[in-house]
Amino acid sequence: MTRIMPRKDVVIVGLGWTGSILAHELTEEGLDVLAIERGPWRDTATDFNIGYMQDELRYAVRRDLFLQPVEEAMTMRNNTSQTALPMRDYGSFLPGNGVGGAGVHWNGHTWRFWDSDFRIASHLAERYGPDKTRELQLQDWGVTGAELEGSYDRFEYLAGISGKAGNIKGQIQPGGNPFEDPRSRDYPLPPLPMTYAPTLFADVTRSMGLHPFPTPAANLSKDYINPLGIAMGQCTMCGFCERFGCANYSKSSAQTTILPVLMRKKNFELRTQSEVLHVDLDASRKNARGVTYVDTSGEEYFQPADMVLLCAYGLHNVRLMLISGIGVPYDPGTGEGTVGRNYCYQTNSGAQVFFDDKNFNPFIAAGALGQTVDDYNGDAFDHGGVDFVGGAGINCIPTNGRPIQTRPTAPGSPRWGSEWKKATVQAYKSTLGFSSQGSSYPIRGNYLDLDPTYKDRFGRPLLRVTFDFPDNDVRMSAWITGKMEEIAKSFGGRQYTASPRKKGWDSVPYQSTHNTGGAIMGADRKTSAINKYLQSWDVPNVFVIGASAFAHNAGKNPTGTVGALAFHAADAIRQQYLRNPGQPLVTA
Amino acid sequence: MEAVADRFIPADDLSIGGREAGCVLYLDRQLAGSYGQSSRLYMQGPFKPALPTQGYQGQETPAERYRKGLAALNRWTAENKSGKSFAELQPDEQDAVLKDMEADKIKLPDGVAPKAFFGLMLTTVMEGFFADPIYGGNKDMASWKMLGFPGARYDYRDHVSKHNQPYPLPPVSIAGSPAWLVK
Amino acid sequence: MRTVKLFFAVLLGTTAAGSVFAGSGTPDDASKIIRGRYQAVLGDCAGCHTKQGGAPFAGGAPLETPFGALVPPNITPDPETGIGTWSEADFFSAMKRGIGHGGKRLYPAMPYPAYTKMHDADISDLWSYIRTIEPVHNAVKANQLPFPFNIRLSMLGWNTINFTEGEFKPDSQKSAEWNRGAYLVQGPGHCVTCHSPKSVLGADETDGALTGASLQGWYAPDISGNSYTGIGGWSDDEVVGYLKTGANNHSIASGPMAEVIENSTSAMKDEDLKAIATYLKSIKSEPAKPAPVKSDDAHFQAGALIYHDTCSACHGGEGQGGRQLFPALAGSPIVQQADAETLIHVVLNGSQAARTATAPTTPAMPSLAWRLNDQQVADVLTYIRNSWGNAAPPVASSKVADQRKP
Repeated sequence: MTRIMPRKDVVIVGLGWTGSILAHELTEEGLDVLAIERGPWRDTATDFNIGYMQDELRYAVRRDLFLQPVEEAMTMRNNTSQTALPMRDYGSFLPGNGVGGAGVHWNGHTWRFWDSDFRIASHLAERYGPDKTRELQLQDWGVTGAELEGSYDRFEYLAGISGKAGNIKGQIQPGGNPFEDPRSRDYPLPPLPMTYAPTLFADVTRSMGLHPFPTPAANLSKDYINPLGIAMGQCTMCGFCERFGCANYSKSSAQTTILPVLMRKKNFELRTQSEVLHVDLDASRKNARGVTYVDTSGEEYFQPADMVLLCAYGLHNVRLMLISGIGVPYDPGTGEGTVGRNYCYQTNSGAQVFFDDKNFNPFIAAGALGQTVDDYNGDAFDHGGVDFVGGAGINCIPTNGRPIQTRPTAPGSPRWGSEWKKATVQAYKSTLGFSSQGSSYPIRGNYLDLDPTYKDRFGRPLLRVTFDFPDNDVRMSAWITGKMEEIAKSFGGRQYTASPRKKGWDSVPYQSTHNTGGAIMGADRKTSAINKYLQSWDVPNVFVIGASAFAHNAGKNPTGTVGALAFHAADAIRQQYLRNPGQPLVTA
Repeated sequence: MEAVADRFIPADDLSIGGREAGCVLYLDRQLAGSYGQSSRLYMQGPFKPALPTQGYQGQETPAERYRKGLAALNRWTAENKSGKSFAELQPDEQDAVLKDMEADKIKLPDGVAPKAFFGLMLTTVMEGFFADPIYGGNKDMASWKMLGFPGARYDYRDHVSKHNQPYPLPPVSIAGSPAWLVK
Repeated sequence: MRTVKLFFAVLLGTTAAGSVFAGSGTPDDASKIIRGRYQAVLGDCAGCHTKQGGAPFAGGAPLETPFGALVPPNITPDPETGIGTWSEADFFSAMKRGIGHGGKRLYPAMPYPAYTKMHDADISDLWSYIRTIEPVHNAVKANQLPFPFNIRLSMLGWNTINFTEGEFKPDSQKSAEWNRGAYLVQGPGHCVTCHSPKSVLGADETDGALTGASLQGWYAPDISGNSYTGIGGWSDDEVVGYLKTGANNHSIASGPMAEVIENSTSAMKDEDLKAIATYLKSIKSEPAKPAPVKSDDAHFQAGALIYHDTCSACHGGEGQGGRQLFPALAGSPIVQQADAETLIHVVLNGSQAARTATAPTTPAMPSLAWRLNDQQVADVLTYIRNSWGNAAPPVASSKVADQRKP
């Protein structure tokens, strides 16, 4: 028996960053908004208790705040010739769960993509001719950098980002990122105080003629009151950021920037521990009637609504579309269809420099406290002489010294015994690590669909991830990692290591929770699932908001762009959609 | 298992050994809980042979793997080391057996994969040694003192700009610190 | 169950046989009702008579008093379960003398010893407003006191000793603003009910008024004009900001005061808040500041380590706090009250800040009862009460043990 609930203007699936932003914006418009969240309620003092948040085993190793595979798993394979098997434990990436979503336990790197990213296909064709990218399935996003500038700005001011502008209205700013697109004003807060390793990294890279700058961070350098009137604190650099909730209100999340205001609104309601099973369409298949969800008692509910906003993690948005029959599933054989298309990831690599005489105090850290060099990222350099497109930000951002998981040892050290112990103690404080955050470009064979065999606890098919690093990206990573070796050498340490990303995506070791695409935005409904306002081409009263909209992934962390797209979609709904509800905002 | 913990983490001038640090108590507690029972993992079938990129696809939980693996290890030492259990071997003999397991050089009975079981033991013993003492291992924060990790602290603002200088304070556990008690 | 608020009362509120006359003859003109609604704000009627999530004024959550539990009654105009059968005269009598409909005496948890100072016109306005509240049928068993306190007649004896009826008399030597402040504090705002020391029977002392009092688990602090334990160090704007938003540069409201701010002071007019500030700061008191506990004291030193390892990430290494988020401890009056009751309460149970339109964050401090034993709670409090220029008596672990008991 499905119980039918009273109608709402808007139902939002998932209350993380995007769900909270949309809920706030649309309740401001006077709409009656309901958010349905699969996981539990989470609040700073009670759930991120300052007395026990520093529990590496519980939060980082057992991943207490994350989605557990028993709730929803995914299957994976590297290509269509293999049989996908379930990731019985998450490893390579770790989706969030509960109110605040992955925004609770992120590190806080807050980037803007560039105009050359949003117009990637046409821009690269203009600059290098069509042959350069023939092996890739690159597509323009349907928006420009200039169109999104205001939305980026709103997200950064909502979140109280600490950083240094590199380009304000075309004026290059000393100490900032000279390669970024023009921004209308500086970050709301100055950069964090630097720890030792990024300070050295900046010195070394600057001496090599590169342009280091402080990584824009959602760890706050000062106390701050955001435009909603919500107060945030100063980051204390405790070294428990990624995988942990912030206990002292100093990392931006829905909890620290939106929820105190949102939760008190009379026209907002939240139902937690309730999982949306599917979006219900009417007989025309062009209109969503609402959603069906199930709560912890196992009872099923139908929630009627005039609009449905999919604001879950990107991968879950795609799965809900596939299960609900919104849009045409992508077919890697023909390259046709849109839902599941252009799944991308992040092509990272790492380097370590081992010293004898340095003490980096690695435990003094914040998730985004560090320095970045963007000289080899995206469109910052000429790809005329290299055999790839794309690039990477090179980051020296030591995030922690938590000893279960962060115990570097010099190459050749044993993994146990007295010699291991010596090597561990020697390297713990004196190792400097840095990494590349590499772009991930789409190819025809990387995609998402529903698994034919494995089901979740409600009997719905799991999402199947078919992915391997494209040759272009592997060549990119090799070249970038070569540049990282040059940097590593220049430190003058005892020895160094550097490891480029290789073919054969492995689902076990953690790499990145920057899964993008699958419900991409674009100007052409044949090759994109949603239009430039993140509205479904096929079911216009459904909007799909998140990194699922990315037509590719740049060499940068995605959250800044996810936040900007949320504001961008909210503006379109408020200023355009509500005048003609149910109608497409773009006709194509 | 205590013998294994002491070979992974031998007592020496850097720290106490894995046995004294409580790594086995840690392990017992973990195996009795959600980790040991795989209760948070996706455990629906079918269970199929996996490619290396697809991760562990076995049906056995860590608790079951430990039970079976330790029995297999002792049977192997009984058959190959004149009737002794692993714990009865000399330390250098124990090291040799563990190295062979790590390199997949010996064949354990009952279908136990030596390298995989070795990896499981190494992971969990190290977890116990480096986790907060509230979990039963890392007695008196021994591993944190060894590394110079200050533990469950939350505020380094007073030291962030003191580059290349040692952090002065001893570690703190979630359960507190001996320094919090008036002598 | 909400923690204590002695100050709120129980009107009798039930269907006393006899009188049948409803409140008639009062002209319900709109401006009078609007003025009356503001009187309800000033008097914080909702603070007691509205249960969280319940219908307005239809009865509150039980109040724990030293004598037992009292449940604030339904004061909506419902004839059976509310005060629908009351006359305006009944209402006056309740507010001015603590005698309700049918002659029943009110327990002085209802702050009629303060309300007696209200102007008749203000009470009349309030009555007009109360008549317009949506009637709610909600029977409340008001009196859960054990014998002998359940005998309302005993209130007669209490009244003859402790209660002086009479309207507020302005002091012509003082400014109109000061007089307005004094009226609000002593009368409708009934600040004295919590912040003044209690005699054995629970009345407000006139000497030492507003210099702080225990509220069973919380300590309503000194709000007189000295700059040590009182608010003399706060500017008028800071006092106004605190009452308006729940936070200023010195402090963040929590506990019962957070509720008062949410329900009452945040909705007061700025000029009334300014008048309150003027009056409170004029109240003279001279609490003796002790010599601080010495920094070589073993408990102080243990407290310093606990503070650094547990508290400084929010309250700052020098007790400086953080804007609208973490109360400053250095120079804080509440930290230096003679009685550490509030501090112990907050460390053991945690606390959440008031929520107001201009300070929506509602930051919270978690309970640390699981992490710190009685001695450690005492030591860290002794440390914060005697650091950064603070000075206050050390805290005994036995006091923490008493408060830890359920």
